[in-house]
Amino acid sequence: MGNSQTKIRVLIAKAGLDGHDRGAKVVARALRDAGMEVIYTGLRQTPEMITEAALQEDVQVVGLSILSGAHMTLVPKVIKMLQKQGLTDVKLFLGGIIPDEDKSELTKLGVDGIFGPGTSTQLIIEDIRKACQ
Amino acid sequence: MPVTRTQAVLNGERLALTRTLSQVENNTPEGNQILEELFPHTGNAHLIGVTGAPGTGKSTLVNQLAFDYRHPPEGTKPPTVAIVAIDPSSPFSGGALLGDRVRMQDLAGDPGVFVRSMASRGSLGGLASTTAGLVQVFDAAGFDIILIETVGAGQAEVEIASLAHTTIVVEAPGLGDEIQTFKAGILEIADILVVNKADKPGADNALRALRNMLSLTQPEKNVVMHHGKMMSTEEAPAGDAEPDQEWVPPVLPTTATTGDGVAELIEQIAAHQQHLKTSGGWILREQARLKNEVGNLLQEALHQRWNSSIPPADYEKVLDQVVSRQISPRRAVDKLIKGAGL
Repeated sequence: MGNSQTKIRVLIAKAGLDGHDRGAKVVARALRDAGMEVIYTGLRQTPEMITEAALQEDVQVVGLSILSGAHMTLVPKVIKMLQKQGLTDVKLFLGGIIPDEDKSELTKLGVDGIFGPGTSTQLIIEDIRKACQ
Repeated sequence: MPVTRTQAVLNGERLALTRTLSQVENNTPEGNQILEELFPHTGNAHLIGVTGAPGTGKSTLVNQLAFDYRHPPEGTKPPTVAIVAIDPSSPFSGGALLGDRVRMQDLAGDPGVFVRSMASRGSLGGLASTTAGLVQVFDAAGFDIILIETVGAGQAEVEIASLAHTTIVVEAPGLGDEIQTFKAGILEIADILVVNKADKPGADNALRALRNMLSLTQPEKNVVMHHGKMMSTEEAPAGDAEPDQEWVPPVLPTTATTGDGVAELIEQIAAHQQHLKTSGGWILREQARLKNEVGNLLQEALHQRWNSSIPPADYEKVLDQVVSRQISPRRAVDKLIKGAGL
């Protein structure tokens, strides 16, 4: 009965200990204006908290913002925990400061996209839409 | 035989639960089928609505309520808590920023808590059209307490009262003078009134204004001041045994950020539940709630059926006639309902 309607749901989380969330907020706002439902979790999220939120909110996409340099520790943990929860179909995107030499390894681990400083929000929106098709 | 999605929800499997919540929220045929199967297992949870203006501290209060429920005095078994937190969808993009979780960090890592954010998706009454469905899923999944946090509500978003057993209206100091408390609408639906941010200046004034407002409608029963003399009126009925005794909404101060006053609030929520059960109000509310839900679904279904029966071109044609002032909006509706002779 009724109209069934599906929206892209995205979790935007600040992983780890850095407190700079302007970028995360800009992306969250842009995704909202692109018609997505964005769950914003706030600062200092552990991999456990991020995975739990992704499960409870049943998002298709998790966007992690990391500027602390701890991505090689945090990201593998998040991926492992998502898999453990059965959330194997969730897409994972990274933003923040990720050095080029780490990118191929992160992609190999299963990261679906990495958006560095200066990426246009339009590109982020398109990549997320594509990943959710 | 593999376990069905419905069975998995009843078993409390979180992945099945979260996927079912999405199906129900998206109003899919599969979601409606599961809801159908889950419905006989509902009716056990205490549904508690939390509403109030934006920025009064609803999310923080819900966080603290859930936390206190999960940490009762030693020796008592903590109830499991589900939270449905609703934020508005953009009327322009249809997107939403759901930020209630930011205030609910204390609940992370507790397997007895499940927090789900929802966008209002165009509904105007403070809830989303599928909120009742989500609540039923949580109810069937065995959660004891379901906290429903509405969209930041102004004066007229009162839908929560027909969903929750107990409705808490949250106010904060500085939101207006006494006249605001006389107005119809949101204050009328309160089973419990809370003045949050009670550590802020003006909290006493807000408490006093709300208590004054209530005393106008529920005067002290046995003694009144009349022409300067204290006069007794009829004896008030003795406290506990009276079945139709009216519930007078208590007005409580809380400071959700520190947890002050939240224990008293939980006591009052329990007292209200007790009152509903002994006064027969629980059954009345269940009836009203389900009647309301059937009404909503019926309205939606009729609208759908009508919508699919009329060609979009005809609809446009009638609208054009209204815009060019050939026919009035009422006449247009008449035509559209009848369908013929456009």
